[in-house]
Amino acid sequence: MTDAATAMNADDAIPDPYSIPLDQIRMNQSRLFQNNAHGEYFRRLRKEDPVHYCAESEVGPFWSITKFDDIVKIDSNHKQFSSEPAISIGNPSEDFTTPMFIAMDPPKHDVQRKAANPGVAPARLADLEGLIRERAGKILDGLPIGEEFNWVDRVSIELTTQMLATLFDFPFEDRHLLTQWSDVTTNVDMFVSEEKIQERRASLRECLAYFTRLWHERADQPPKFDFISLMAHNPDTKDMINNPMELLGNLILLIVGGNDTTRNSISAGIVGLNQNPQEYDKLLADPTLIPNMVSEIIRWQTPLAYMRRTAKEDIEFQGKQIKKGDKVVMWYVSGNRDETKIENADELLIDRARARQHMSFGFGIHRCMGNRVGEMQVRILWEEILKRFERIEMVREPIRVNSSFVMGYSEVMVRIMPKDKH
Amino acid sequence: MPRVTFIEHDETIHEISADNDATLMEAALDNLVPGIDADCGGQCACATCHIFINDEWATKIPAREETEETMLELAEGVTEFSRLACQIRVNDTLDGLTVQLPEAQH
Ligand code: HEM
Ligand code: FES
Repeated sequence: MTDAATAMNADDAIPDPYSIPLDQIRMNQSRLFQNNAHGEYFRRLRKEDPVHYCAESEVGPFWSITKFDDIVKIDSNHKQFSSEPAISIGNPSEDFTTPMFIAMDPPKHDVQRKAANPGVAPARLADLEGLIRERAGKILDGLPIGEEFNWVDRVSIELTTQMLATLFDFPFEDRHLLTQWSDVTTNVDMFVSEEKIQERRASLRECLAYFTRLWHERADQPPKFDFISLMAHNPDTKDMINNPMELLGNLILLIVGGNDTTRNSISAGIVGLNQNPQEYDKLLADPTLIPNMVSEIIRWQTPLAYMRRTAKEDIEFQGKQIKKGDKVVMWYVSGNRDETKIENADELLIDRARARQHMSFGFGIHRCMGNRVGEMQVRILWEEILKRFERIEMVREPIRVNSSFVMGYSEVMVRIMPKDKH
Repeated sequence: MPRVTFIEHDETIHEISADNDATLMEAALDNLVPGIDADCGGQCACATCHIFINDEWATKIPAREETEETMLELAEGVTEFSRLACQIRVNDTLDGLTVQLPEAQH
């Protein structure tokens, strides 16, 4: 191992990005993100080597694309940059592959996406708005006043899980299972030993068995707008039940896609507003800023740090030679801080002009299908918060998850200030 | 400056004057016409500037290119009149154009 590589062992302090030779920077290390140290690394890459090649890492060589416009170019070029076999830096394990449409190219991607899409399309969302508002209200009304508690557990996870149960029309009393399946899928600790890996697989097989039952029930019932009914009745996807691993893959996509991302956007609002009290003041003074703030929080947080592509042919890109088969990682978390594209990009500004023009939802044919549901949940939650509480005070530094992919929090301890005692 | 009329899904009408050479997306945003999100800022990469242009005008506008076609494939409520507003530039031949907006962008 090189000096730089050994210098990055888990227990060591995180080195200054400028103390490491450029070609030895490895952005796949989750602890950079867990310690919120990735920002300065990306700043250096954007400035000195925006299309960066990492020749050696635990997951093999890969390119890092770090500037906004370059990411848009690659994300919208699915002909040369494939989403197969995977959209995370590591490759799927060979004995447990779960195909899903986020990691497929056309034409298969298109038909599967179209089958599920009505479950989160505008007409459906209009129907769900009242329900989400009622649930958000209930969750908020149940919170303790003046006492410390973890916002992630009590609010972020609870609201997104309830929503997910609705999108699947999943038995409400079993909804904690969805959170459990989502968590075993993404938690890096589930990959550390053979035992853990088997435990993870067993849990996902339970997920498949549960949904297989639901699928058969729904296939016999009249069509509805939940994801399972939509896929079970669509001529293009109704046979997916005969391909259990592909069914499981798409279930995982729909569960995880909507869960961690929205959960962490909800937590990020509390973190961001507390770290920028002047923005909290702006919000309290003018609640009509909420929709704009929602986009800004989603940019600032960038719930998914990256998506990976694989080059389908040799390509010259910004003067670099990308070879067929190379992994190309589009770092949204860096593009969203690109100072040449976004003014004061490091700052959370809830009244930012053109706040919608961020890259947290990706671009091109894989652009996030659930972006409007995600935004709607965060918006409604803040509308209901402002009706009830003066301030939600973060009482200590949040704890971030150990991942280079999911940008999120496991703990955000808060105390609520009631509206009248101010 | 060519005049363009945007009609929202609820039939609210917005008559605006567009700068020559602006895209329809820019013209809408610059004149505060609601209903176009333009999340990618006009790079034909998000399909949130979806509009409808009827037959009579469609012939005066260059046909969809491949990227626009691909992005529209995955948009909601697409018809033969669907276009992406960021891919259409305004000029004098479009004076009097009428554009219909969808219920929502997705
Ligand atoms: C703030 C919340 C969310 C964020 C930041 C987010 C982010 C993303 C990103 C970055 C992608 C990949 C885009 C690309 O490759 O260009 C994606 C794809 C996807 N997301 Fe989301 N997402 C969110 C919420 C949701 C929700 C609520 C759902 C659904 C319940 C969802 C379902 C999906 C699906 C199905 C895909 C795959 C689309 C495809 O491959 O065509 N997402 N999301
Ligand atoms: S603005 Fe994104 S496709 Fe037109």
